[in-house]
Amino acid sequence: MTDIAGPERAPGQVELSAKEADVSTRRDIGSWATKVDRLAVDPERAKAGFNIAGKRLSGPQQGFGRLRQRTYTVDLGPEVTPQQVIGAWKADFGSFWPKGNVFQGALTGITPGDVAPIAVNAAGGIKLSTGVFVLYSDDVSFTFMTPQGHMFASWITFAAERRETGTVAQALLLLRTSDPLFELAFPVMKVMEDRFWKQTLANVARSVGVAEPVVAEHTTIVDRRRIWKNWRNVWHNAGIRSVLHLLAAPARALRSRGPA
Amino acid sequence: MDAPTVSMDVRHLDGGTAVVDIKGEVTSACEPELMSAYDAAAGSETRRLVLNFTGLEYMNSGGIGMLVTLLVRTNRQRQQLAAYGLSDHYRQIFELTRLDEAITIFEDERSALSASAHG
Repeated sequence: MTDIAGPERAPGQVELSAKEADVSTRRDIGSWATKVDRLAVDPERAKAGFNIAGKRLSGPQQGFGRLRQRTYTVDLGPEVTPQQVIGAWKADFGSFWPKGNVFQGALTGITPGDVAPIAVNAAGGIKLSTGVFVLYSDDVSFTFMTPQGHMFASWITFAAERRETGTVAQALLLLRTSDPLFELAFPVMKVMEDRFWKQTLANVARSVGVAEPVVAEHTTIVDRRRIWKNWRNVWHNAGIRSVLHLLAAPARALRSRGPA
Repeated sequence: MDAPTVSMDVRHLDGGTAVVDIKGEVTSACEPELMSAYDAAAGSETRRLVLNFTGLEYMNSGGIGMLVTLLVRTNRQRQQLAAYGLSDHYRQIFELTRLDEAITIFEDERSALSASAHG
């Protein structure tokens, strides 16, 4: 049994079983999503979530390519607290993304367990449709986990913390490319990712009054080896499926119109 | 950044197994503690590393990320990584994040060591 100090028991309060006490005293209990086996997209977002409904979550160990840790940071100065930054970021996450990219999260903001379809600009003018799952959220950080088919099998953590110079916001991506095709495309995707997250963090900084934000990027290769047994992930490749979905659009439109 | 409130003590057992007793809060801030514990645990004789989470008080997503880094290091050395003492709450988090597919989870130390002896 985990050895943790629980709250003082008031007179007459029923003594909790060990398991109940464990659950009731965890301060991270509401921060984590509850377990899901496959993702479900709510009806309002089902159309945008065509590439994620029914998919499993996919962490770095379920991916294919090298394991990389990519960190983007921006100084926000001493005026704003980490809680204020993360509160604002969570309240309207998609509004900080570069134009043309769509995040369809819940209107209530970032909540553990939420499934959000996304559509991001990919190479060749293609819009890549996939999504993210909100794995964790507290008042100074939140983490997304990606589904099968996403370009990265990853955990993406957004956090803010106090340092000597003031508050610093960061996006930390622990990722492997999902399959061999995305691994081949990584040099191009890396450039696009850099542009995407630098613009996003700069937008966050501008929203709290930083006039000329400077976003720093740092990449570490944690594991050079590729996980070859996961090459079959290509079956779920959201890039291929997005193109097929686009090509099938006329047929879907005809079908929805029904017989004349 | 706040100082980490965690301790990680290493026990070397027979049969090439080392146990790391984790007590306190596991966040990304305690990466140096975890990596020093790994360095102390993972000698050339160590074939299996067992994490004892009985004293775990709190873990955030940064802590989970750190376990992946540890997993990579053990895989590189061809060592097995196992864990025991997880509460239902944290066991579900291991399942949700699919870490349980790479880190074998046991109920208690006895079953973890027994599997070690037969593995």
